[in-house]
Amino acid sequence: MLTYLLRRLLWLVPVLLVISVVTFFLMHSIPGNPFDQEEKPLPPEVVARLEAHYHLDEPVWRQYLRYMGGALRGDLGPSYLYKDRSVNEIIARHFPVSFVLGALALSVAVVIGVPLGIVSALRQNTTADYVAMFVAVSGVSVPALTLGPLLIWGLALQLGLLPVARWGSWQQAVMPAFTLGIGQAAILARLTRASMLQVIREDYVRTARAKGVRERRVIVHHALRNALIPVVTVLGPLFAALVTGSMVVEQIFAIPGLGDFYVGAVGDRDYPVIMGTTLLYAAVLVIANLAVDLAYSWIDPRIRLEAS
Amino acid sequence: MRGAGGALSEVTAARRKPGRSGESLWIDAWRRLLGNRLAVAGGAVVVVLLAAAALAPLLAPSHYAAGDFEATFARPGGEFVLGADFLGRDLLSRLIYGARISLTVGILGALTAFLIGVAYGTVAGYAGGRVDNAMMRIVDMLYAFPSLLFIILLLVVFKLGFGQREDPSAMVRAVVSVDRAMGGMLFILAGISFTSWVGLARLARGMALSLRETEFVQAARALGARPERIIVRHLLPNLVGPGIVQVTLMIPGLIATEAFLSFIGLGVDPPTPSWGAMISEGISSMRSHPHLAIFPGIALAVTMLCFNFLGDGLRDALDPRMKV
Repeated sequence: MLTYLLRRLLWLVPVLLVISVVTFFLMHSIPGNPFDQEEKPLPPEVVARLEAHYHLDEPVWRQYLRYMGGALRGDLGPSYLYKDRSVNEIIARHFPVSFVLGALALSVAVVIGVPLGIVSALRQNTTADYVAMFVAVSGVSVPALTLGPLLIWGLALQLGLLPVARWGSWQQAVMPAFTLGIGQAAILARLTRASMLQVIREDYVRTARAKGVRERRVIVHHALRNALIPVVTVLGPLFAALVTGSMVVEQIFAIPGLGDFYVGAVGDRDYPVIMGTTLLYAAVLVIANLAVDLAYSWIDPRIRLEAS
Repeated sequence: MRGAGGALSEVTAARRKPGRSGESLWIDAWRRLLGNRLAVAGGAVVVVLLAAAALAPLLAPSHYAAGDFEATFARPGGEFVLGADFLGRDLLSRLIYGARISLTVGILGALTAFLIGVAYGTVAGYAGGRVDNAMMRIVDMLYAFPSLLFIILLLVVFKLGFGQREDPSAMVRAVVSVDRAMGGMLFILAGISFTSWVGLARLARGMALSLRETEFVQAARALGARPERIIVRHLLPNLVGPGIVQVTLMIPGLIATEAFLSFIGLGVDPPTPSWGAMISEGISSMRSHPHLAIFPGIALAVTMLCFNFLGDGLRDALDPRMKV
């Protein structure tokens, strides 16, 4: 198990290496440099000084080595756009926002999705099942770009219940978390339903019923505990997807998360911010996928036994 | 999903009634699809949307870029059925033309991603061994790319890298002019298809791996068929069914991605209407004119919903075992 874990963690090295090379050379393939401005162009001497200061006058491969050398020591470089802030500071300030937003969205997804899936499975092929699954498909189909403005209009502007945008209070978190989480709620609902339907037909559930265990206990203790295994294991990747994909919602609700920051950084060719964000998100995705495997063997003893 | 084609024909064979013995797999699937009300409704709306997009110049009350400065922010109703935007452009006309962008990017993007993914996955799965291993490690790498970040970067590289090069070669010039003619759609398509084929490659590989061991492939090999022939004649036809389902279910996600890219200003070039760009324009006047952001949003959601219903219906129809 330990060697397996180590091997999976080592896999991070080539992944981050390839992603860093591709991203670095892609962004440097854009002609010109970050200090070209259409309005109010800087004098050529100033641009030259800036380029020299940020080593942009060196060959790209040497810039890459310089960057990676810094990154390995934990220094992701300075931001070109915000001259008084390093990329480390920017990530430390904006990533927690995206992280909290992702965590809240995940809670929304679990609280709505899992019960919906359970009810749907227990009442398979009834009206309740059809309605729940219709809601689930609709949930996947309503993108943030539709739901966000609708919620702002209904809850904030018409009813005045919640603030329109920005970040800070819990009231400001309600609509973004809901907008971001609803699609995943639908995915969880379908997964829970499918898993529950499978487990309910297992022999041990039938045995429990045959022994005369009360139906409530059969469902909660025998069926649900097993049906939730696949659900729990997708939570890791789901969370990673929410955190790294929150930029849509951040843009709509003017939330100062890292995704929102990245969109600005790409437009302004703030190279170190682009690199830092990409590497961080790639690491989040890889670790989340590793967490699935670990979660599986931790929750499901059958898998642990097979491995050993 | 694995080996669906082979097993599926067994299922249908077992179901065949004497009177319907000549019936093909596809007719059977078609009948099942027609029995699914949601899928039929979804499919019907998709057909209507496609027709509206194709016939946009005939259907739209005015051209998408035609502004009437006396009608800026006109309310819905009256001359402008759904109102007019900040330049006095008819919202309904822009919605109809916007369907062209969404549908083209969604459908063409899914097809391109499908072709790349299936070609890649089938070769990897059929080749097996070291080739397979190397090819799938590349796929694993791409899986770790934060895809939204990557698409955004790609689009910036395309737009600035191609558009602003000082001494463009003939090919770069040609690419840029095609993109301009499509209102900026070519680059979106390229970015989207490049980042979304990876999942399909895994699916196709899995199917190729299991099909490789089936008797009909073994038989073909024993008869001396070359690998190309086995892939083309025996593996690919079995991927058509699951492929149709995957492509249909992929479309809504790609439509949402295009809308988002246009929302943040990396998608279509103005004044080409895209639902995402319209939402972005509308959201700044939410307080006074909410319809400008809400109508394109509804169009977006309805389109995605219909593709999802159709895709679910196709999956149930083409592979009855998938239905739980």
